[in-house]
Amino acid sequence: MNLLLAAEAVAVPTVFNYVWLIPAVMAASFLFILFFSKRLSIKPHLVGVPAVVGSFLFALVIAFSWIGYNGDVNEAQAGPISCAGGEVAVGGSNHDTEAAAEGEGEGEGGGESGHGEQRFSPCPVVNDVTWFQNGGPASEGGSDITVGTLVDGQSVLLLVVVTFISGLVHVYSTDYVAGDRRYTHYFAFLSLFTASMLFMVLSSSTLQLIVGWELVGVCSFALIGHWWEEKPNSDAALKAFLTNRVGDIGLLVGMIILYFGAGKTFDIVAINEAAISGAISKNTLLVAGLFLMAAVMSKSGQFILHTWLPDAMAGPTPVSALIHAATMVVAGIYLIGRLYAVFFIGFGISGGTLNAMALIGGITTVGAGALAFVQDDIKKVLAYSTVSQLGYMVLALGVGAYTAAFFHLFTHAIFKAALFLGAGSVSHACHHSFDMKKDMGGLRKFMPKTFWTFVIASGALAGIPPLAGFWSKDEILVGAGAFPGTGGNGTYWVPFIFGMIAAGMTAGYMVRVIWLTFFGEYRGHETPHESGPLITTPLIILAFGAVFAGLFNIPEGFPVLGSRIGEKFIRWVEPSGISSFPTIGHAKPSVALALLATIIGLATGLLVWTYYSKLYAKDKLATEVTGGLRDKNRLARAGHKLLVEKYYLDHLYTGVIAGGTKGPVARAAYWFNQNVLDGIINAAGTGSTIIGRFVYRFIDQGAIDGAVNASGFGAESSGEVLRKVQSGKIRQYATLMFAAAALLAAVFIVAV
Amino acid sequence: MFLNQFLFFAAILFSIGVYGVLTRKNGVLVLMSIELILNAVNINLVAFGALHQDISGQVFVLFVIAVAAAEVGVGLAIVLLIFRNRRSINVAEADLLKG
Amino acid sequence: MEQSFLADYGITLMVFLPLVGAAIMMMVPGKNEEAHKTIALATTVITGIIGGWMVVDFYRLGSAKWSELSYLIDRPWINIINARYTVAVDGISVPLIALTLLVVPLVIVYSWNHIPQPGNTKAFLMLTLVLHTGMLGSFVAQDLVLFFVFFEVVLLPMYFMIGVWGGENRLYAAIKFFLFTLFGSALMLVSFLALYWVTGGTTFNMVGLAEAVQSNDVKLSTQVLIFAGMFLGFGIKVPMFPFHTWLPDAHTQAPTQGSVILAAVLLKLGTYGFIRIAIQILPEASIKWAPWIGLLAVIGIIYGALGCLAQTDMKRLIAFSSVAHMGYVMLGIATMTDFGLNAAIFGMVAHGLITGLLFFVAGSIKERYHTLEIKRLGGLLISAPRMGWILGLATMASLGLPGLAGFWGEFPAILAAYSPQEGISVGLFRVYMVVAAIGTVLAAGYLLWLLQRTAFGRPSEEFENDPAITDVVPTEWIAWVPLLALIVLLGFVPGLIFDMTDGPVTVLTDALAAAGK
Repeated sequence: MNLLLAAEAVAVPTVFNYVWLIPAVMAASFLFILFFSKRLSIKPHLVGVPAVVGSFLFALVIAFSWIGYNGDVNEAQAGPISCAGGEVAVGGSNHDTEAAAEGEGEGEGGGESGHGEQRFSPCPVVNDVTWFQNGGPASEGGSDITVGTLVDGQSVLLLVVVTFISGLVHVYSTDYVAGDRRYTHYFAFLSLFTASMLFMVLSSSTLQLIVGWELVGVCSFALIGHWWEEKPNSDAALKAFLTNRVGDIGLLVGMIILYFGAGKTFDIVAINEAAISGAISKNTLLVAGLFLMAAVMSKSGQFILHTWLPDAMAGPTPVSALIHAATMVVAGIYLIGRLYAVFFIGFGISGGTLNAMALIGGITTVGAGALAFVQDDIKKVLAYSTVSQLGYMVLALGVGAYTAAFFHLFTHAIFKAALFLGAGSVSHACHHSFDMKKDMGGLRKFMPKTFWTFVIASGALAGIPPLAGFWSKDEILVGAGAFPGTGGNGTYWVPFIFGMIAAGMTAGYMVRVIWLTFFGEYRGHETPHESGPLITTPLIILAFGAVFAGLFNIPEGFPVLGSRIGEKFIRWVEPSGISSFPTIGHAKPSVALALLATIIGLATGLLVWTYYSKLYAKDKLATEVTGGLRDKNRLARAGHKLLVEKYYLDHLYTGVIAGGTKGPVARAAYWFNQNVLDGIINAAGTGSTIIGRFVYRFIDQGAIDGAVNASGFGAESSGEVLRKVQSGKIRQYATLMFAAAALLAAVFIVAV
Repeated sequence: MFLNQFLFFAAILFSIGVYGVLTRKNGVLVLMSIELILNAVNINLVAFGALHQDISGQVFVLFVIAVAAAEVGVGLAIVLLIFRNRRSINVAEADLLKG
Repeated sequence: MEQSFLADYGITLMVFLPLVGAAIMMMVPGKNEEAHKTIALATTVITGIIGGWMVVDFYRLGSAKWSELSYLIDRPWINIINARYTVAVDGISVPLIALTLLVVPLVIVYSWNHIPQPGNTKAFLMLTLVLHTGMLGSFVAQDLVLFFVFFEVVLLPMYFMIGVWGGENRLYAAIKFFLFTLFGSALMLVSFLALYWVTGGTTFNMVGLAEAVQSNDVKLSTQVLIFAGMFLGFGIKVPMFPFHTWLPDAHTQAPTQGSVILAAVLLKLGTYGFIRIAIQILPEASIKWAPWIGLLAVIGIIYGALGCLAQTDMKRLIAFSSVAHMGYVMLGIATMTDFGLNAAIFGMVAHGLITGLLFFVAGSIKERYHTLEIKRLGGLLISAPRMGWILGLATMASLGLPGLAGFWGEFPAILAAYSPQEGISVGLFRVYMVVAAIGTVLAAGYLLWLLQRTAFGRPSEEFENDPAITDVVPTEWIAWVPLLALIVLLGFVPGLIFDMTDGPVTVLTDALAAAGK
């Protein structure tokens, strides 16, 4: 108990209370650019760039505070910490101050393999305000729905990555998008996107996460469709939005299941705790996890909902770098990490051999890698590569390699942004074409800076040591636990094999891209030129990152460096020994595996290189072999066709599903409406008219009016008779009167 | 009792009045005949009043006389107007109210 | 002083001021159009000030008072049937009153230079004012007879609005609207009377009837039958599938102002009636009917969406989208839970704002292009960029994007369907939940498709250099900006409505929970 109390001694840095300022600044920047920038004739980038740079600096402050806090807690703490979920924190208080009140936590504290001692990280620091209430005040059995910020390793990581990449993209865009027809709107939406992404990253509740999730989606929609005059662009935007909406069904339903499962709460910490403590049954977790996977599949471009991502390349290239490579598409990874307890327990990741998540990731990483080989559009190659790498991350999470996944997210954000921005630079030189075969080739002579940064980033992506991607990819492969001597959370052979294949593919298609773009002869027209400093500087910065980012989490056992700077991600990002995060095992690094993966990569790369250099030797302008395997072998031809047609998924979605709904189904429904429902109504109307006519003619006109007319006629004819009495002659009247009187007198006399 | 004599007298007077109303064409004579009828009624009223020692009979007679005077006044005025318009006071010709 | 003024006269003044305005207009010659516009606007603004004062005052009463009837006025009215003039507001009606108070002045501002053919400003604005009284009255009435009277008062002006100022097929649409609604309200009246007699014929007061139903032990089968009558009456007004076919016709034919009022407020009378009358008085029957309401609601969601996808006319598409959106509202109601009912009320307000705005924009497009055929439109963002943006925002709000008002009507309703009130089949409602979630995809589909084909792309040749196509004009700005602002504000601060409705809804759900056991 005393040891537990020690957690209290470590004060939570007050700076975490102000982390909401980061998205707020970006939102303010958005509003300012949208409403005032033109009116006050302030260049929009003069608002956007300072805002995002400020956000980045503040994010760094948060990051350092977190690292310090993290270390302090680890030292002060010696037992598992309960984060006291389930209770809704009221404005300002945070979960771990309540930790002491709880008894002993559960579990032995895992994570032992590869580490000498148990590590304790702080609980997520939550700052909530009430958004609205439901079912009465919280004190009377209702629930307060809160909105707020949650600071932990994962959100801090994303905070830094998003602001960093966003900052570089802002700078890059000032040149790249200069003179665009909607320069102002472009920057406004960059700001809005950054704000939404940060809002999502900092979510303390799943409801807030949904809000942020959809907001980044709509920004993506707006930016993909930035040049909406051309129909293909708006088509791509629509496709992105609608595909994501399909996934959102899963998101909504999954979150709803967890809301009720965890006892009517949206609180992320509480849901995770409920998942670990067994308050939510394993089956419920599995169902919720599967639904949430649909959301991950759409947002993070996993098979079979990945088809929007390559099309999303219709947007401006910096947008592709920021949204469709580095940040928004990793929202799915982020979601899994945020609710990792749900997935970890629901899918039974610990001690398993295969599960839905790892399988989806595996299929994606290989399937998309194959597609990358047949694309001629440089951005589409990169897009499929992104899909493939996202598959890697999902695979990593699926096998329990949480840290590896986020490490790869981090390195991937850097080198993939570098690649996209490099591709943008290339296209800038080649008159805004992205077609590698038609308009590129031999560019290394014209734009050396772009060339070198691109090669470095490609090397990082392909996992060439010692570049960043090597470390993160290796960790994922190790984490699968299948390779002898690694031993992670389970023995995931199938994902491991998928991962190895993808590792080879990556090197192959990147060599193809580099060759087609930078080597051989220039195939376009006019002379290309190197881009300006606003474009190349971000490239150089990112290239540096692609070289050194891997050092953040090199294995501790690595000679010299490992013991000093190694495994920072495990220390800083991965929660350990707290009640809102599952106890996950760590695999042991294996030199043999690293060598094997590297060799496979290099070998494929070399193969592709030889293919193209032989081609070049024959014909300097050729981009593909004529009379090769594809022309000789039917099977190869069919395989190629399958890849070119992108597994026919687009035909299925656009043609069959969307076309079917929009066409026959909607028309049938409308036909039903017009002819059946309205038909009934109209028939009822016509029927009533007919009945009405009948009633009118026979009953109304015949019977009722008959009676009325008859009485009228009777009155008239009787009047005709009686008028004769009315002669006007007084004496006649008098006669009648006296006669009547006499008659009455007679009656009286007789009667009485 | 001599009530019967009064009643016979009144009945004769009434009959003469009725005869006059029914047969005379002269408007003035018709009015006078009506006067006879009224007086026949008056006699009856006085007779019964005396019989029952009730003063209301005589009171009622006074009313009737007053009304009769008014009636004759209006009647004569009408007759006078008819004469002015038609140069005749023949009631048989005054049949404009024919339905 | 203030307090007592509001309590004694506030509601009455608010409800009947528009009628006074209409009476004044009657005395002004029809030629003087400016005067009519001024009087009408002044009337609605004063009504809005009084009502707004009440709303603000009510807000300041604090959450403890939100579940009670406030500013209650209770006077004898028709003694022979114990009908009383009882008006009051609580947390359920205040958001809807606020919506009405906002929308009608905006409609009149919009009318400043958008009087539809064949003109006659005087009559048009007078009808609007009469509508105003009817709508406000329906939301404050606490007596069934009074409610019924106001409910019917709304009918006639709308009939004339569609029938006189409508499009080509206006007479058909107007009669269809009128007969449908009248049919429903006839059955509703029968239900009201039945309720009156089975509870001993002592009161028409809603709260009183609710208590009387419990204390008199009215048989469940009787309750279910009475509920059926109300179900038809309110369901037609909502409109629920399959009673919705009057709506597309009415909307398509009605003048812009009519469409806006119809979508923004009139449809809510039906859903409001469900919550205020049917559920409050007959909780047990509500539980029995809930699966059927839910079924029709989700059919409406999918069906309305499919109907939208088949449309070629923009206004008709928006009209069909109302069927889908009101489906979410009804789904929320059918769950009979706190979250569901809160969502339903939020959804009503949100739908009022969003669809009102969409109809405004559609009306303005029609005025400029003289057509609403989606095929012929396009490039609105080039021809009239600001209007294009507003349309974009409205469609985004309509498809339930979080951060805008529409989301809070949709998501909580879907959420509530996961776990409906006790006594209602959970499995069934989980199916409904998934179907409703699929509906969100279809909603995104038809709305974005609409946006793509009207706003994106380049204008077609026939409209490319048409001088009639101008960007948003001042009266349109005045009419639209409040709606836009509220859509965004409610999107980020949903507590403005949720907190207010939660109290009274919790009272209702407590009764429902008791009934479900």
